[in-house]
This record gives sequence, C-alpha cells and structure tokens, in this order.
Amino acid sequence: MTAPTVPTTPTAPVAVPPRAGGGFGQSVRDSIVIAKTNLLRLTRVPEVIIFTMIQPVIFVVMFSYVFGGSMNVGGTAAPSVYREFLMVGIFAQTVVFATVTSSGAIAHDMSKGLIDRFRSLPMARGAVLSGRTFADLVLMTFTVIVLAIVGALVGWRFHEGVPKALAAFGLVILLGYAFTWVGALIGVSVRSPEAASSAPMLWILPVTFISNAFVDPGQMTPWLRHVADWNPFSATVQAGRELFGNPGVRTSDAWPMENAVLASLIYSVVIIVVCRTLAVRKYRNATS
Amino acid sequence: MPDAIYAEGLVKHFGDVRAVDGVDLAVPSGSVLGLLGPNGAGKTTVVRMLTTLLKPDAGHARVAGFDVAKNPNDVRRNIGLSGQFAAVDDYLTGRENLQMVGQLYQLSRRDAKARAGVLLERFDLGDAADRTAKTYSGGMRRRLDLAAALIVQPTVMVMDEPTTGLDPRNRQALWDVIQELVKGGTTLLLTTQYLEEADHLAHDICVVNNGLVIARGTADQLKARSGHERVEVVVHEREDIVTASTVLRTHGHGEVTVEEHTRKLTVPVTGGARLLADIIRSLDELDITIDDIGLRRPTLDDVFIALTGHVAEAAEPADAGGSVQTKNLPTKEMAK
Repeated sequence: MTAPTVPTTPTAPVAVPPRAGGGFGQSVRDSIVIAKTNLLRLTRVPEVIIFTMIQPVIFVVMFSYVFGGSMNVGGTAAPSVYREFLMVGIFAQTVVFATVTSSGAIAHDMSKGLIDRFRSLPMARGAVLSGRTFADLVLMTFTVIVLAIVGALVGWRFHEGVPKALAAFGLVILLGYAFTWVGALIGVSVRSPEAASSAPMLWILPVTFISNAFVDPGQMTPWLRHVADWNPFSATVQAGRELFGNPGVRTSDAWPMENAVLASLIYSVVIIVVCRTLAVRKYRNATS
Repeated sequence: MPDAIYAEGLVKHFGDVRAVDGVDLAVPSGSVLGLLGPNGAGKTTVVRMLTTLLKPDAGHARVAGFDVAKNPNDVRRNIGLSGQFAAVDDYLTGRENLQMVGQLYQLSRRDAKARAGVLLERFDLGDAADRTAKTYSGGMRRRLDLAAALIVQPTVMVMDEPTTGLDPRNRQALWDVIQELVKGGTTLLLTTQYLEEADHLAHDICVVNNGLVIARGTADQLKARSGHERVEVVVHEREDIVTASTVLRTHGHGEVTVEEHTRKLTVPVTGGARLLADIIRSLDELDITIDDIGLRRPTLDDVFIALTGHVAEAAEPADAGGSVQTKNLPTKEMAK
C-alpha cells in the first residue's frame, strides 16, 4: 500500500450541515436512507431473498399435499377446500417469520462497530430501526406476491372482489410489519446475532400453530381453544378468510373471532406502538 | 483559543466496576491529545462519553463547544468518530458506505456523493471504490472508516485505537494521514495502547490506568519523570566484566547491573553523549574490547512501568465485562 496522499492545502470547507432540528421530515429522510441501504445489502446476498421466498412455497406444497387429504374443513375433507383454507395461514405465517430476519439483522448491526457510527451521527434516533423494518416490509411484500401466485397455481382463489382481497393482503402485511418490530426489539435486546435468529423460533411456532391457521380450533381442548381464539395471529387469519371469501371462517363467540378485521387492526397497531417504543428506547441506550 | 475538548470529573460505573473514576481533560483547538493506557484502563469509556455514545454518571464535558449531555446532536454534527472497529458495512461498496454516512450527516444526496468521491481518492481507495467492503484488507477498511469520519470535515476527531490490528506498514500510512489531518487544523483525541504511537502523534499525553489519569504532560516531560538515561555496554570477553563494571561505577550514577550470559552491563548516567565518549576511552585504555555500547534514553514503556508497575500490554483484564474480548475482534475480523 502506498501512503495515501493528502492534500495539505485546505480543501473547500463543506458547509456545516443545516441545523435540521430533527423533526418528522428528518426522521423520514434518515429512515429512507437506511432502508435503501438495507435493500441494497439484500441484493448483494441474493441467496437470502431466494431462501426467504422458497421456504413458504415449500410450506404450501407440503401442507396442502401432506395434510390436505386428512383435514376436515367446513364439513368436507376435500383437499381443494383445505388448500383454500390453508393459504391465508401460510401468508400470515410467512410474514411473521420475517421477525427472524429482522432480529438477526439488527443484532448483527448492533454487534459491529457500525452501530456506534450511527449513534454518533446527527441522525434521527429511530431511523436505524425504522429503516430496517421498512426494508423488511418491502421484502415481505414481494414474498407475499410470489406466494399468492403459487397459491393460485394450487387452486387458491379470492371470491369477494379485488378491494376486499387487497384489504386482506393489507392486514397480513400490517401484521408482518408489527412482527418486524417485535424482531427489532429482540435484535436490540439480545445483541448476539445467533441468539437473535434462534430466540424467535421459540415462540413463533407456538404462536402460529396454536391458532386457526392450519386446523380448526374447534377441535382443540378448551383452554387451548381460548388461546387460539384470542391469538392476534388468529385474528388476522380469520379476517383474511372473511375478506378473501375462503372456507373455514370460524364461528366462535370470542370477540376477536367475531370482529376479526377490527381485532387484527388493533392487535397490529398495538404491537407496533409498544415494540417500537421499547426498541427505540433500548437502541438509544445501547452500548455495543 | 478555547479548548475543543474539555472534560471535568467524568465518572462511569458499570455495576461495581468503576470504569472511569473522575477524569479531567483539556485539549486545546488544533492539538492532539493521546490517551495512553492498557486494556481496560477506561480509555474507550472516556471516548464513548465524549462522543455521546454513553451518558456520564457524573461530571460534564464539552466537545466542539457543546455540552455532550445537553446538546448531543450539536456535538454529533461537529465530530468525527473512528472507533475501535472499522465501522463499515461489508455488503456495501466503499462509495455507498461513504454516501450513506454523508446523507446521515444531513448532507444532500449530491453533496454526499461529491464528498465521497473526494475522500475515496484522498484515501487511495479510488480503484476499490465500487467493490464491496467485504473484499477490503484491514488497512483499507481502516481508511474507509476514517474517510467516513471525515465526511463533513469535523473540527474534532476522536479515534479509538486507530491502528490496533494493523501491520507496521499500514500503521505508518495511517500515521501519515493523521498527521496531515492535524496539520490542517483538526483537533484530535486519540487512544492507544502503543506507547510509540502516542510518542509519535500526540502533543500531550494522558496516561490512564484503572479509570484514572495517573500522569499527563508531553512525551518528553513524561520521559523525564521516569528517571535517568542509561549506558549499556556489551564486553567481548567474559573475564572483562569485573573490570568494566568498575569503570562504569566511576562514571555512572548508581548501581551497575550485570547480565552475565549476555555480557551486558548497564549503569544510570547523567551527562549524555560526552560521558559515553569518556567511558569508551577508559575501557579502551584498559584494553577491553567491546561488542556494543549505547546511550539508552527512557522510552514511554519505561514511563509506563515506572508509573503503574505494569508492562503496558500485559495489564490485567480488570475492566467491565467483555471489553478485552471485544478488543481482540478487529484482528480476527481482519484475518478473515
């Protein structure tokens, strides 16, 4: 290496950056910079994108062909009915799995010197996390589109018109976005990338399986059925089935099952507000 | 000129460990202060408090004219930090890394882009600008990190062990960069475990140990505190050792120490080079052949041992959880 040559003549002074008093505008700008960076980073490791997309497709194929023949949904055991029933569950499960990516990526950043760089910059405090979760949201949207196409190939359809279908997708993606904030909170809390990627699995599997996603909770033992009925994850799945017009909409007197669309919205917003607040606070006080 | 960095009574505890236990600092504008100390001395904790990464438990500090606790964002706008890790995103190219940092310093997209281009050339990264940082060598990563810290030409630079893990050639190159920077008027606070580095770069040195500043002054002042110069003689024949030691005793200023197996004799002296000539003459008159003779001035290593009773590098890992472990990381990373 040759010694870098540094001009001794004073370089034109860079204007001291405007005293951007922070505020919402700066917050959005900074988040976009971080989100772009994260998306750029994704394109450098295309394997991650490919694996993220393939996994749910395998789930669709596995569930619909392995379980398809032996599941009774809405009084029929026809595999085609189960496939229509299943798809919303897979959509929701897929977006919830994005938690793992978020928490792993954030923990990775936190464990490197990069986070000290960010924290020493005059940037909006929440931007590192908002940017990351926004990038996850983009990736998640693509995954859901791919999944919808695969679903259509195995016989899944929506029956209530495009606006309601879009609303259903919106709720699913909002749920996923909420869970990226859960991931962010885990990511800033554990700060070892390995722990961050494995810890979420401990509760993601129970959350997605003790629900109405793959089976009818009506056949569970009573206490498990209550858990399933009040599970935020179930609310989104139920809302999706209603809005897509898919079979297996659950009749239950649990409030979230009767008001699934509203319940799904409330759950997701509450999760976002709580986890975002905690995660940003933790991030501010974090020391790598 | 006011002090660019001023700290009074900084304290930080981690649980029961008093990582920093009342540190005062004053760095006049345009000068370089070296914080010198072993692993776990509290250097990094001081740096983290001055760069707003950590809130002090007590005391206060002003950096670039702003209080670190009350106006952290004003401090951040005016400082550049180059931490112990090269803070570089592996999956971005050098150029993308710098542009991102520029934009987060609130430069416009265009300014950030232009500034990145200038700095890549200046730090000899032009050819590698569009390769991902993953492919960079340790020295290149360090330079990219430094470039990122200089995006807005900060008035105050803080560098935490900038050359840890670099080979001697890269270290020298980085020293050159740092010296140019200081010539341009930047105030610099630098931590190091390398005495040679503090000696080479810093105008003033604070020796830190166990969270306290145990000595401060210029390199020369500190060296003067560790006592005398010494003359070292290596005689050719083993049987000359006794005679030679008599000669050294008459010229010297204290005990003569003898290392039998290396035939080396050492004596503290005052009087420097002239005395050296006298000793050579005396030995010559007695027909004693010498293999080597030299005047040894105290190094900062001697200072450090005199002050702490420890050899700098071998100090015990007595600091808050894991800092010793993290210190090993950059080297590992670079070995990849």
